[in-house]
Amino acid sequence: MIACHINKRLATADGYKEFQFDFEVPSGSFTAICGASGAGKTSLLRMISGLMRPDKGQIIYNKEIWFDQVKGLFKPIRKREVGFVFQDYTLFPNMTVMENLKFALSKEATIDLINQVITVMDLEGLIQYKPAYLSGGQQQRVALARAIVQKPKMLLLDEPLSALDISTQLKLEKYILKVHEELQCTTLFVGHDIDQIIRMADHVLVIKDQRVTSSASPYETFTTNTLNSTHLNGSIVNIRSEKHTTIASIAIGSDMVQVTLNEKDNFSVGDEVLLKSNTFNPQVTRILKDH
Amino acid sequence: MIDWQPLLLTLQLALVTTVILFILALPLAHLLANLKSKIKPVFEALISMPLVLPPTVIGFYLLVAFSPTSGIGEWLNTNLNIQLAFTFEGLVLASMIYSLPFMVQPLQNGYNKVPRSLIEAAQTMGKNRWEIFTKVQMPIMKSAVTTAIVLSFAHTIGEFGVVLMIGGNIPGETRVASIAIYDQVEAMNYHAANTYSIILITLSFVILALLYVFNGNSATNIS
Repeated sequence: MIACHINKRLATADGYKEFQFDFEVPSGSFTAICGASGAGKTSLLRMISGLMRPDKGQIIYNKEIWFDQVKGLFKPIRKREVGFVFQDYTLFPNMTVMENLKFALSKEATIDLINQVITVMDLEGLIQYKPAYLSGGQQQRVALARAIVQKPKMLLLDEPLSALDISTQLKLEKYILKVHEELQCTTLFVGHDIDQIIRMADHVLVIKDQRVTSSASPYETFTTNTLNSTHLNGSIVNIRSEKHTTIASIAIGSDMVQVTLNEKDNFSVGDEVLLKSNTFNPQVTRILKDH
Repeated sequence: MIDWQPLLLTLQLALVTTVILFILALPLAHLLANLKSKIKPVFEALISMPLVLPPTVIGFYLLVAFSPTSGIGEWLNTNLNIQLAFTFEGLVLASMIYSLPFMVQPLQNGYNKVPRSLIEAAQTMGKNRWEIFTKVQMPIMKSAVTTAIVLSFAHTIGEFGVVLMIGGNIPGETRVASIAIYDQVEAMNYHAANTYSIILITLSFVILALLYVFNGNSATNIS
């Protein structure tokens, strides 16, 4: 179990704000952290890893105190045994791919682990190259491989698959899950893609307004939370009645969507509307204009 | 035939100055690179002073400070039996002050060139400060280190004003090549002055050319 009850004053686009992260995540869980850009997701990972010191509170990992402001305890980063995949890969430019992996290799692990990871991550052809010669996707794979060879207790992934094409993403998702199970580690990953979160995570933390507003399973999160509400402006180009419903075709930019209308609202063609989607339930509202 | 002693003394002075200065400048440049205080520009300006001050000014004040009749000079002489005015040791200290910006500035730029995130990544891998310094920071700032060492060495070879003020012209002790040239010209011995000068020109050119070749290669190696 990782229990995190911390406060930190952080710079935001609107000046400094007090962030409060209170949550508990079971050991061995695969937890996704979601929230808007600037919500504090990366800062949270940095505080858990020990790269950033919280102002107040406690971080406890399996009864081991990693941070306790009252007792003045702070476990150094290098003793926390966390594997961190950063957003910008952070591969060492002076080392080849192989040297990057060897540098990160856990003292208890053998070179076999590197060879195994190289095979699974399809890195055979890249091991003698320096990171500058690799594409963004290749660098991300190496960064992931490097975190894995550390055999961490906890794997922290800051948008680890964002630069990859969908087929590579799917392949690596499976591999990350396999590694997560084999290492029996607790994994926290920052992600935006709901499909991906549902495929990978068994727990989801939602950060909103400087707080953890939800800590639940992906199903509960995305069926009860309005995290993914989307507001789109459009105009009704056609309305047709089916057996028991009225369906409108709404033009949004260059796209056209079909949505069931609430008949009581008495929409007509040409109305400018707001399409609000709360994950699975689209709602259409007329935009009232001042005349 | 010229006297080789001044040339050997020049190389000896440049070597000793560079080695000691490098050891002292590494932590100093690191401090400056990480310093976020508002008074940082004051320290940077102080270190850069030798770039703009006439060498005679530095030499003059060092001479005054190290003179056996001054407070510092007398204390050093009485308590530590060290005499800095008109000695090789005094030359080394003066050269270190004179070449300080040539060593510190490239190293500071080198430290700044290593992204903080790389150091953080190494920390999460359980690496200690020494491992991070030797395996991550130093290799990435290799060209900055080479530049700092070579420029300090070459700059010390080219010293004249400071050396003349603090060291004078004592054969085998403080008469370096640049002083020997001045000495030969004063004695109207242009042939010897010319020989010394050509050797210094060649030496300076070779050192700088090697620096550019090395830095060109190391840039290619990293990227």
